[in-house]
Amino acid sequence: MTGKPSSVAIEAHELTRNFGSFTAVDHITFDVGVGEVFGFLGANGAGKTTAIRILTGLLAPTSGTARVAGHDVYTESERIKRRIGYMSQKFSLYEDLTVGENIRLYGGIYDLTREQVRERAASMLARLGLEQAVGTQVRALPLGWRQKLAFSVALLHAPSIVFLDEPTSGVDPITRRQFWELIYEAAARDTTVFVTTHYMDEAEYCDRISIMVSGRIEALGTPAELKERFGVGTIDELFVRLARPTAGATS
Amino acid sequence: MSAFTGLLRKEWLHILRDRRTLFVVIFMPILQVVLFGYAIRTDISGIRLAFVDPSPDASSIELRNRFAATDAFRLVRVLPNAGTLDRLFASGAIQQAVILDDDFANRLARGLPARVLVVADASEPNSGSAMQSYAVAVIQGFQRELAARGGGVQIFAESRMRFNPTQASSNLFVPGLIAFVLTIISALMTAISLTREKETGTMEILLVSPLKPLEIIVGKVLAYVVIGFVSVLLVVAEARLVFSVPLRGSLLLLLGEGLLYILTSLSLGILISSRTSSQRVAMIGALAGTMLPTILLSGFIFPIESMPWPLRLIANIVPAKWFVIIARGVMLKGVGLDYLWRETLILLVMTTLLVAAATRSFRIRLA
Amino acid sequence: MRRILVLAWTEVLHVVRDRATLAQALLIPLVQLLVLANAATFEIRDTPTYVVDQDHTNASRGLVTRFAASGNFTIVGASPSPEAANERLLAGDVTMVLTIPRDFERDLVRTRAATVQLVVNAEKGMAAGIVQFYASRILVRYAEEIAPTLGTLAASTGSDRPPQRGVAQLDVRTRAWFNPTLDYRHYMVPGILVALVTLIGTLLTAQNIAREKELGTLEQLNVTPITRGQFIAGKLLPFWVLGMFELSAGLLLGRVVFGVPVLGSPFLLLGVSAIYLVAALGIGLWISTIVETQQQAMFVTFFVMMIYLLMSGLFTPIDSMPRWVQIVAELNPVRHFVAISRAVLVKGATFREIQQPLLILVVFAAVVFTLAVRQYSKRTA
Repeated sequence: MTGKPSSVAIEAHELTRNFGSFTAVDHITFDVGVGEVFGFLGANGAGKTTAIRILTGLLAPTSGTARVAGHDVYTESERIKRRIGYMSQKFSLYEDLTVGENIRLYGGIYDLTREQVRERAASMLARLGLEQAVGTQVRALPLGWRQKLAFSVALLHAPSIVFLDEPTSGVDPITRRQFWELIYEAAARDTTVFVTTHYMDEAEYCDRISIMVSGRIEALGTPAELKERFGVGTIDELFVRLARPTAGATS
Repeated sequence: MSAFTGLLRKEWLHILRDRRTLFVVIFMPILQVVLFGYAIRTDISGIRLAFVDPSPDASSIELRNRFAATDAFRLVRVLPNAGTLDRLFASGAIQQAVILDDDFANRLARGLPARVLVVADASEPNSGSAMQSYAVAVIQGFQRELAARGGGVQIFAESRMRFNPTQASSNLFVPGLIAFVLTIISALMTAISLTREKETGTMEILLVSPLKPLEIIVGKVLAYVVIGFVSVLLVVAEARLVFSVPLRGSLLLLLGEGLLYILTSLSLGILISSRTSSQRVAMIGALAGTMLPTILLSGFIFPIESMPWPLRLIANIVPAKWFVIIARGVMLKGVGLDYLWRETLILLVMTTLLVAAATRSFRIRLA
Repeated sequence: MRRILVLAWTEVLHVVRDRATLAQALLIPLVQLLVLANAATFEIRDTPTYVVDQDHTNASRGLVTRFAASGNFTIVGASPSPEAANERLLAGDVTMVLTIPRDFERDLVRTRAATVQLVVNAEKGMAAGIVQFYASRILVRYAEEIAPTLGTLAASTGSDRPPQRGVAQLDVRTRAWFNPTLDYRHYMVPGILVALVTLIGTLLTAQNIAREKELGTLEQLNVTPITRGQFIAGKLLPFWVLGMFELSAGLLLGRVVFGVPVLGSPFLLLGVSAIYLVAALGIGLWISTIVETQQQAMFVTFFVMMIYLLMSGLFTPIDSMPRWVQIVAELNPVRHFVAISRAVLVKGATFREIQQPLLILVVFAAVVFTLAVRQYSKRTA
């Protein structure tokens, strides 16, 4: 079944995931347009990572529906994987391999030709200013460079959607700014960017955001809309207000 | 709760919650006792035998019947000549062949030496020698019979197999098995546990806590001492219940020596893990440095006296060797410290040295 | 496919950069092989023997001399006291006590038959039986030897002359088929090599993937379009190559250092090795799908491998095992591979003769591999 040609990159309806008696993702409904930068916000443990794992085909949902890049999450998860990129929270690149080796690995897995790998690697490294680092082991690079590199590698095979799970954790503010520049560049090329973060200030950088609290989406819309609707000055304030009624349950 | 008690509790929780490892650590010794008891036998029976008799007569048939009558052999072929033997050996259809000379009966009757050739498949030389000895024993029995009829001289041997009259394999292996089990738990588990903390970075947290390095080691390791102890009890109990392995000496002494050996192995495990922070390296290092020597050089399965002298020398620094002697002494011979003081002393010295080396190594590497 | 090669190459890089593991994986099997192949034997040499001679006659002294001169026994003590002998047995100094009772020579002369006592320390297991065998052989030879002289003895002790007759004699010779030198190392080297390579190979495979699970790097691969089969093949390939290399190097070492014969075709053996390794590594793989941590991987692998090794006929013959155990041992790939390698190396077996165990190996490898692939899921349910 081919995906319908649409301007929707990701759609989820009443998506739910239980672990025993614990509901990590609780009937969430949202969609993301093609080329959008969508911020998936929430505190730690709110269920963001679980939701991403469902959308990327790593975890099966308990109930509800979801489509990514036009494919059904239940039945076509392998097709989805060809069209997406992923940068996980725990790990991005193999530390004991060099930059070049990591690139060649992912290039090979995504079936890029050697030509393609070479070209894209060259332009990627040039953009990051890391041409000299091809032969350096990743563990020798500072964290900020590593994160930016990991992001670029996730885009190597030109996916239509890229999922980023807390990509700027532990990174200094300047690097964070640079990272977001990269995100904008990707979005400008019509790549949909689905990013989770617990830095509420990064919310302002997104086209639309959602805020998850205890597995449910409590807010969904553009940052401006939401600030007006809830009568707050920053998304940070909004988040605190949403989290307060259920304070103690989120951890 | 003091820091130390807290550490103890944490270790216990780790172990109890890791159900797979726990299952293996508890179930493995039990399974191994069964395996060793039932499966690992060095007694040979049902040897597939071919009897080659070119000129059968009363005496050759009598010899053949003797073979057929013993449990040790299973007469699978009676052949008129040795032509097909090659193929039968190669395919494993027979393991041994008794080949009589062409004029066997004739020569025997005339009092001339009659030739019997016993050929065994020695691609398994350990059992090859044993098979030969069994066959020759049968022939000797026949020979004696002949000699008695003919007025020849016979010297009989009244044999007693001391300390293991039934020659049950399980009796021999259980003491070694105890060493084996203890080694796994003490050396392997410790090595893995310590390096895992290093790998995940939680070791640093322990080090900056008020706990002293010695306390950290002891705290982490105490749980395994207890497990080791429990395992020994399980193994001994099972061996006695299921296979009636004797315990002629003092159980208390056995447990005491077991405790000593646990300490020895633990120190070895700690020493190994202090040299690396990778679980993988610790794992293989512990395997090579403790497991394999315990199996092969401790006298567990293969007797040390049979080994060439360089290996006999090396065996002396394998703690398991001394423990096997002690365990066998207590269980099979029923002797006490009066006979075992030498081996106990050696283990004590080894343990002290290892503990000192391990603590020093630990302190240097991490602190 | 290219994906498999790319992944395999990455694995190689990982291993090569982990110096310690690389050294271990290469050196340990080979070094241990050299050392341990010498250990695995039940042969007896220089059995320490204690003699309690209560007869003190020519006949008894003659017997003792025979034992001493046999090359298999070393007389470490003698006395007329059985208690002293018992002490030595308890202390573990002696393996056998030969007791010659008081009327030994007299019985021989009078009745042409006498009895001695052998007490063997049966702690030694199989060796004890062999000790007894050698001892009884000496007795038989001695009996034949002194038969003609008993007449002289009789004269000197004043007893009746025994009847003389042509006595039936048997000339027993033994020979070994294959392995004529009975060098136990020819037998053990292939076996130990297989054991070590299997242990380390399976261990590394299981631990490798368990580690990726622990660290979370597995997730990154699961998100790519790589298929289960490709992933597994890519993971297994480097260890498979390593295993093949070790087996070949080990065989070469065995040939050069121990003189292990290579009577059959080495290519046949290598071919079988290739299949066997798929089976062995497949087990490691399957184990990695059911564990979560490296520690578990190690223990479960070890557990399974121990069972396999003990029931492989390596240390103790399968023929000695009870029937039901033998049937279970049929399912053991290690057992079949050991049997095949011994058959090919020492017996010179050809393809025809190893067909049956080979078939079992092939089936086993296919089943294990399929199970492992099935078991591995890129998506958690």
